[in-house]
Amino acid sequence: MLKLKVNNIEVEVEEGLTILQACEKVGVEIPRFCYHEKLSIAGNCRMCLVEVEKSAKPVASCAMPAAEGMNVKTNTEFVEKARKGVMEFLLANHPLDCPVCDQGGECDLQDQSMFYGVDKSRYKENKRAVPEKNMGPLIKTQMTRCIHCTRCVRFATEVAGVPEIGAIGRGEDMQITTYLEQSMQSELSANVVDLCPVGALTSKPYVFEARPWELKKTETVDVMDAIGSNIRVDTYGWEVKRVLPRVNEDINEEWISDKTRYACDGLLNQRLDTPYIKYNGKFEKASWNEVFNIIKSKLKNIDKEKICGISGDLTNMETLYIFKEFFNKTLGSNNVESRCDHTYLNPEKRENYLFNSTINGIEEADFIFLIGSNPRYEATILNARIRKAYIQNKMKIISLNEVGDLTYPYESLNGNIDNIKDITEDNHEISNLIKKAKKPRIIIC
Amino acid sequence: MLKDVDRIFQNLYNDKGSDLESSKKRGDWVNTNELIEKGKNWIIDEIKASELRGRGGAGFPTGLKWSFAPKEIGSRPHYLVINADESEPGTCKDRDILRFEPHKLIEGCLLASYAVNAHICYIYIRGEYYVDGQKLQAAIDEAYKYNLIGKNASGTKWDLDIYIHYGAGAYICGEETALLESIEGNKGQPRLKPPFPALIGLYGCPTIINNVETIAVVPTILRRGGKWFATLGKAKNTGTKIFCISGNVNNPCNVEEEMSIPLKELIEVHAGGVVGGWENLQAVIPGGSSMPLIPKKTCETLKMDFDALMAEKSGLGTAGIVVINKDQDIIKCMARIARFYKHESCGQCTPCREGSGWMWRMLERMAIGEASREEVDMLGDVTKQIAGHTICAFGEGSSWPVQGLLRHFKKEIEKRNKFNPTFGKDKNIPYLVDQHLLDKKDA
Repeated sequence: MLKLKVNNIEVEVEEGLTILQACEKVGVEIPRFCYHEKLSIAGNCRMCLVEVEKSAKPVASCAMPAAEGMNVKTNTEFVEKARKGVMEFLLANHPLDCPVCDQGGECDLQDQSMFYGVDKSRYKENKRAVPEKNMGPLIKTQMTRCIHCTRCVRFATEVAGVPEIGAIGRGEDMQITTYLEQSMQSELSANVVDLCPVGALTSKPYVFEARPWELKKTETVDVMDAIGSNIRVDTYGWEVKRVLPRVNEDINEEWISDKTRYACDGLLNQRLDTPYIKYNGKFEKASWNEVFNIIKSKLKNIDKEKICGISGDLTNMETLYIFKEFFNKTLGSNNVESRCDHTYLNPEKRENYLFNSTINGIEEADFIFLIGSNPRYEATILNARIRKAYIQNKMKIISLNEVGDLTYPYESLNGNIDNIKDITEDNHEISNLIKKAKKPRIIIC
Repeated sequence: MLKDVDRIFQNLYNDKGSDLESSKKRGDWVNTNELIEKGKNWIIDEIKASELRGRGGAGFPTGLKWSFAPKEIGSRPHYLVINADESEPGTCKDRDILRFEPHKLIEGCLLASYAVNAHICYIYIRGEYYVDGQKLQAAIDEAYKYNLIGKNASGTKWDLDIYIHYGAGAYICGEETALLESIEGNKGQPRLKPPFPALIGLYGCPTIINNVETIAVVPTILRRGGKWFATLGKAKNTGTKIFCISGNVNNPCNVEEEMSIPLKELIEVHAGGVVGGWENLQAVIPGGSSMPLIPKKTCETLKMDFDALMAEKSGLGTAGIVVINKDQDIIKCMARIARFYKHESCGQCTPCREGSGWMWRMLERMAIGEASREEVDMLGDVTKQIAGHTICAFGEGSSWPVQGLLRHFKKEIEKRNKFNPTFGKDKNIPYLVDQHLLDKKDA
């Protein structure tokens, strides 16, 4: 443990922590743009400059490791000047288009310039204009607003594992782009919208929909995949406007997949809200009365033992309950079925369908065996966690099938099912790997 | 004035031949294995005794830098990297070493690599020096042929491989950590320090980075002894240095001279005097374009060494002396330098990216008299907001020349930019410090 002083408050921190983290520990807030807990340290926005005794220059607190006996000051004139200076530079080429910017109201630059900045600009030259970049249907760009914090670049390279966002040019002419102006080939792409501290990258489907302060925020859990990412649903009246991630270190950290984020689109558009009747192989629109009458007459004339109810696997609990009640009580039938094809797991034991090792536990794994699953598409957040674990531990990952790019390297057994038999009978090298590993994980879909 | 016997770079003007044979005649590669047999500590101590300071600009003591390298090779190899990305305007000393004295550099690489436990040495040459790089490559091939480097180099039982890496012409790649990024194949942007390259450098391994001139003087220092080198110049500013004199002089040249030589002597004796006579001198940039200029008044008595120039709020830098006479528009000159820095800023951190262009645009307007009077002070503010707030020393490099201009030629600028919109005296509003945050305890 290291002892240091922050604004004359003594604090003890673990070795390896930065000054910024030490400051947070005593509740001293340090403004920042480029620093993000889940990404590598870039130290390029220079907003987090603090004064450290015996250092002539201000020190970037996000990157400087805390040291024994350090005396950090954040409330001096020196720091004030440094912050104002950086703020002025950031705003020099930043357009004053807050009224038409979707980030307005939840913009780091807006907030921090209110708190740490200067009320008017001395910059009299022409402001820089940057052409817009195409980043696909989910991310809207307005690169003139970019402050080059490179959070999006680091997210794409480190977390998403697709190094497709980068900065080209240098100096004033540096531009953040996807190089070929394609959409980012990642299922986590829209997280850069949350990461962007300004309005350079905003959500395209949400464009000009609402202001953040108009929205009602409801905290909930995502149902689009088996992960159960923690989300916040923002609604305006009865309309779901957008879905944002909530921090849950055990499950989704700070990320959600694009599917989770944009599935709310289907609540408003192209909904199946009218019944259809099939005449001669063709669907035709019908009224509810008409349809109920048909159902009623058909049910009446059939033996109750010959009626069977099947529900899909994305139906919610309440609907299923009513469905079952209807069959049991109204029709007097017990033939209700909800299993989908190819499901041979016995649901009576909880262990059979739970992800027993926990998503968080992936980080401790030293061997991962994927059977019949492509986590990148089926559980994007889980895949991000496997990638994170891989970067930390460089453990061996083997997949039964060749499932394409998972953003981390893995060995494939080319889908040969016989291998599984060999492994269980201890006739395969993987059996040894599993036995040798302290915390092996087998992920089956 | 430096005696000919004390001249380290005998072939600075290529009148004696740069090939191996002629180099050997001048004393290169003569008893390299004897020097190495004396051991690593001896080499480092001898360099420390010589008080050699890095010739790349910052003037960091070389012996001290070498002693930062881990003493034993751990799990990671050590590297020696030679910085030949000489891009500072007004500087061209490394180029002449690369093409005319390559064997001094290569021998220096061997000695330095041995001292810092490196088996691999990279020489990072700026892309524009392609021809000079080819000459160095020829010299390296020659050295390999006679087993001066390679396996069991010069019979010292030390293996050394030297590779040349060409840059793509970015000034910032002369910054040591940006140079490492560039060698690794990344975009040339400086890294955060700490960790320092001596512990975590190229490919995450311990790396010592030195300028070409620093390494090229090492063999001579070891042969003639650190004490000999320390007798030249004055304390803490010892030895000889190649000065590059350019600008409004009659005979622009590279010349090796003793440290602490008077600037006037350099200009009058070696460079043939200022165009239009000494009285026509306006200012001198003493150490490459990133150093603040020195007005004529100071030039009369100025000694050229690290500490004397520091006292004048300038610096020796790379010792690229640019002479500016009264025929030049000094504001225009500085605007041109500011434009260079605006163009070469890597764009990584905010103050330099946004500030360098701002400075240039203001200076351009000041040069034609289209700035208001209060902008002169504002320019000073902007330079101070850049210097010291950036990741690397480029922030200082780009703002110091402007600060130098404001320090010595403020009246000149104010004469040209008379427009004063605030009418009368300053309203004395402290622009930068607003106190409402200081009242808060945890702000």
